[in-house]
Amino acid sequence: MTTLLILLPLGAALVIWLLPLNRVSAGSLALLAALAEVGIWIQLVARFDFDRGGLQFAQQEDWFGDLNVSYHVGVYGFSVWLIGLTVVVMAAAIAYAFWAGREKTRAYMGLMLFLTGAVVGVFSAQDLLLFYAFFEAMMIPLYVLVGVWGGPGRMAATLKFVIYTMAGSLLMLAAIVVYGLSQNTFDLVEIGTSSSNWVFLGFVAAFAIKAPLFPLHGWLPDAYRESSPEVAAVLSGVVSKAAAYGFLRIAVAQFPEPVRDFRDPILALAAIGLIYGSLLAFRAPDLRGVIAYSSLAQMSLITMGVFAVNDLGLDGSVLQMVNHGLVSAALFLLAGMVERRTLTGELGRLGGMARGRPALATLLMTTGVIALAVPLSSAFAGEFLILAGVFRHGWGWAVVGAVAIVLAAMYTLRLISAVLHREVGPAVSDSALDLRPAELGVVVPLVACLIALSAWPAAITQHSFRGDRPQADVAAQFR
Amino acid sequence: MIDRPHIDWFALAPVNSLLAASALALLCAVLVPRPWRKPVTAALCALGYATAVGFAIALYVRSAQSHGVVVDALRRDRLAELATIIVAGSGLLATAISYRHRWREDHVGEYYALLAAAGSGMIFFVGANNLLTLFLALEWFSISLYILCAIDRDRLGGLEAALKYLVIGGFGSAVLLFGMALVYGASGELEFAAIAAAGRENDTLLLFGLAMIVAGLAFKASAAPFHMWTPDVYEGAPTPVTAFMSAATKTVALVATLRILVTAFPGDADVWTVAVAVIAVCSLVLGNLAALVQKGLKRMLAYSSISHAGFMLIPVAANSALGGRALLYYLIPYSAMSLGAFAVVAARERELGVPVTLENMAGFGWERPLLGISMWAFMLGFAGFPLTGGFVGKFYAFAAAYRQGWTWLVIVGVIATLVSLYYYLGVVRAMFMRSSGDLQLAPIGGSPPREPLLQTAVFACLVVTVGSFFAVQPLIDLAQNAASSLPF
Repeated sequence: MTTLLILLPLGAALVIWLLPLNRVSAGSLALLAALAEVGIWIQLVARFDFDRGGLQFAQQEDWFGDLNVSYHVGVYGFSVWLIGLTVVVMAAAIAYAFWAGREKTRAYMGLMLFLTGAVVGVFSAQDLLLFYAFFEAMMIPLYVLVGVWGGPGRMAATLKFVIYTMAGSLLMLAAIVVYGLSQNTFDLVEIGTSSSNWVFLGFVAAFAIKAPLFPLHGWLPDAYRESSPEVAAVLSGVVSKAAAYGFLRIAVAQFPEPVRDFRDPILALAAIGLIYGSLLAFRAPDLRGVIAYSSLAQMSLITMGVFAVNDLGLDGSVLQMVNHGLVSAALFLLAGMVERRTLTGELGRLGGMARGRPALATLLMTTGVIALAVPLSSAFAGEFLILAGVFRHGWGWAVVGAVAIVLAAMYTLRLISAVLHREVGPAVSDSALDLRPAELGVVVPLVACLIALSAWPAAITQHSFRGDRPQADVAAQFR
Repeated sequence: MIDRPHIDWFALAPVNSLLAASALALLCAVLVPRPWRKPVTAALCALGYATAVGFAIALYVRSAQSHGVVVDALRRDRLAELATIIVAGSGLLATAISYRHRWREDHVGEYYALLAAAGSGMIFFVGANNLLTLFLALEWFSISLYILCAIDRDRLGGLEAALKYLVIGGFGSAVLLFGMALVYGASGELEFAAIAAAGRENDTLLLFGLAMIVAGLAFKASAAPFHMWTPDVYEGAPTPVTAFMSAATKTVALVATLRILVTAFPGDADVWTVAVAVIAVCSLVLGNLAALVQKGLKRMLAYSSISHAGFMLIPVAANSALGGRALLYYLIPYSAMSLGAFAVVAARERELGVPVTLENMAGFGWERPLLGISMWAFMLGFAGFPLTGGFVGKFYAFAAAYRQGWTWLVIVGVIATLVSLYYYLGVVRAMFMRSSGDLQLAPIGGSPPREPLLQTAVFACLVVTVGSFFAVQPLIDLAQNAASSLPF
């Protein structure tokens, strides 16, 4: 079933590339495949035994035996939720791309599906080399998606993005070679823990760039601004979670001793990123800039939760990964819809869009309110757990986190009021319509997921780790 | 009456079939009327290569025990046969790539005859088991290649390339020959295993000879600092010839290096592993840095081939069975990527009628999707991305270096890969992210030429490049069997 989740989008991508379909049929086929993927995932959730926990739906085939590398996939409780996030956001992104009508539809849709398969692969790979292969395979479609269909500054943005991320990934490759060969297996389920600081740092470098963590976020604003809205949604919503997943599954679980040594520096970087990202988001002059920098802040918060390495922090970070994925995907898509109507993302030229556009106002308001972690929202649950988790490690970290939540309220409210309220901006004409039904169809499911999670955050927090004891599960390397 | 040694004709079949093809093609170049000359000689050349592949596969299957041929002048073993398969496969594809090349066709028969002759020399070279046959084979294929570079007499670049290749190649051969003389002087033996058995380790004379042999072979493998001919020759030679050279010459030079170092100089391994590692690092640094600033695609690929000589010398320096396996595995996707990349360049060249630069690849990916996507895959493969065999090859090379305890070599390799991304992705960027409207050149006119042969060849390369990522185990088994013919 895991393999099916990986192969279905890849197969659909091949079909779309090879058959001479027209725009509509290529888009419909892609959307159909993405929805089928969601359907399979629902099956997966229904059949996953959360009480038993551990690795399920595992499948192992030899890849090359002499170095003990195999095709080994399977899902844990927390990967179920991340895969769910992936398939839902990808379906929304594909639907939006279909509706917005991208040029060279076949290539575009195929690449989006290819990306889906690769991300699901990252979340389910149980072999280090396979994990690396999927991690890199994500880059191939992203490179083109940003570089071909992006905005005017796309060339520079893609180059920066690729060089940054590849620098990290190649360090990870060196770390994988050293780690796997010294343990004589690359199988994540069998491999023992390592106490090598260098190997640990190799992995951390890759994930810290991908997430990103301060000060490795140089690629982020350009990539998020220049790509098309749905690709930005996928980048910040889904692809960045691959890094958080890597922190959780590999860095924290396989390197207990280095984590102890490096926990404080990493927490410090995350804390700086959290405050710095929030401040930048507050000052950013455009829609996408606000969301991009808030993404930096949120990823830092998630990293803090993971590196708290206790029950509350781990539970909270998994919940917050899903929350942030949905929130930022929804926000980027909404930003795209606003830009489509006003031809600009500059906050100074927007404003007053609430009047006469109730759907847009409601959705943006709801998402924004959830993003700023209003009590009762799922983001509140996630952030509260993370803060409680890092509080156990040292109260200072929790203070930083709490300050950042105040800042989050500031930048989110600034975003909402700059778009919806105030007087009508010069770029907003009366002919700018409210959201169309198709657009609603794209965003409403994301927001509905968020509301559902707000009602029942325990769906994730109690169903992510074996026996609902995250710390023990991590200490046992999820075995 | 001299006693004739027993000759295993079966072991010589790949060489002989190509020699026969070459001779027949030469005859046809004179006897067949002009309009038929090209198809007939090309078919003969292709047939020769196809037969060589077939024989090599049969020989591979039946050569589990390696043994000498013609009084041990040659070796019949799986190492030689695997290299033969790669060379003959490359030759077959090179024939297909050459067929529609735009050049003066008054010597087209000789072209195919020489292409077959070069291939047979290379096959002889990888089987060579003593210093004399090694040198004989080296000259045999080198002379064929010198002429192939100059065959398009209308192009000054080709003539210049051939002259440069001749002079520098001749210098390299002289160095190699002198090294052989020193080794012979020190050990009194010509045959590889006998040199090792002579037990003259750490003899100064032998070490000098070893150094010169390594240098001579590094000339052929175009490893820095013996690489200076490569960019000019790759750029000046007709593109199909470049494609063949980059795949086949590199393969045979590296395989022969591995064989001679491991078989003849095991006692001096502590010296030559370091030397090879240093050459590898030089090639990685120099090849990558120089490739960054190239405008011409052929020149860029030439520097990339220098840096790949570095990558593939890493497993040689590891001096282990894993290293042998890594090298032999890597050569399979590498040859495919290299041939394919130059074939795509050839296609663009025929379309535009001017030397191909990064600039004028603009929009190519959308105009000719098959070639564009293939080129994309080749570039990703060179850069070691997953979904291509280049990734697994690099992984194996790093693994071999790490097992040897050379973590620093892994780090150098990783940094080199990172640098290389810039120029490999630059090609993808040019092909897909710029429109052909940016291009201020008028194409020759009409729709792009239909070239089923070239496209088939590129597609075959694509299949090997991507397939070698998925089918690692069978290919590693092939490489493992081949590497086990060497005394690691």
